[in-house]
Amino acid sequence: MQKRIFSVLITVISLLMCITAFAQDSTANKKPEMADALRADGKIYVVIAVLVTILAGLILYVARLDRKITKMEK
Amino acid sequence: MLRSTWWKILCVIFLLYTFIAGFLGGVPVKPILNETIRNLYFHVAMWFSMMIFFIISVVYSIKYLRTNNIGFDIYAVEYAKAGIVFGALGLTTGAIWARYTWGAFWSNDPKQIGAAIALLIYLAYFVLRNSITDIDKRSRIGAVYNIFAFAMLFPTIWIIPRLVESLHPGGMGNPALNTGDIDSRMRVIFWFGAIPGWTLLGTWITTLRIRLQLLSEKKLQNAEKNF
Repeated sequence: MQKRIFSVLITVISLLMCITAFAQDSTANKKPEMADALRADGKIYVVIAVLVTILAGLILYVARLDRKITKMEK
Repeated sequence: MLRSTWWKILCVIFLLYTFIAGFLGGVPVKPILNETIRNLYFHVAMWFSMMIFFIISVVYSIKYLRTNNIGFDIYAVEYAKAGIVFGALGLTTGAIWARYTWGAFWSNDPKQIGAAIALLIYLAYFVLRNSITDIDKRSRIGAVYNIFAFAMLFPTIWIIPRLVESLHPGGMGNPALNTGDIDSRMRVIFWFGAIPGWTLLGTWITTLRIRLQLLSEKKLQNAEKNF
């Protein structure tokens, strides 16, 4: 049973590899790919939201540390 | 400067601008690089911050040698630490990027090797310091070594990578600021967002560490007095 699952997996993976190879072939002669569609869909905003959240979290963390040290200095 | 707030707010504004404009702003369309050209705002900014921190560090080491004030030594050490952290981040982000543009995380490119050597030299600064138990000797020898470590930045990061052929964008010549690769839209975000933003963030964290070190130094002196 396990062997069978394994062989199916192998087949699927090799099929996927073929697809990516085909995709690379078909875009080889076009102009460089940029994430234009992503930007048009507006989904790049999701990434920015995630990054800004992480940045805000880190800044808050550092700011709190700053305040703690200021208290210690007094 | 150490405890004022205005530049911390400025740091947050710069970084927010970098993160938002860095992804929404227009970039030149290039083969191989594709969207990874935006790494300029993050990966290249790490190296610039590192250089700035190492310069500040060596200035404080010289100040220490001139005055024997232990405070300057603390400044030098903490800025060198910040430089190493940013350098390590630069090396790692560079390796990730190289995987998808050059095909391998590490390809023994002169720029990669030079940066790695420079970082190892700075790591040795801390090995040397921590191997000396006498506080005054540690500070003094550390400060002298820091000047040598800084001198080694010239060949490893600033000269050799410009002389030899490399896979890195910019190729021959300036690695980060090649005028042919980026345009004015990117330059504005890089110089007025990424560089000051990341550098100020590193400075902020460094000043916190310096303040902690100064506090523990004070505590030590008080304990000695009471003893």
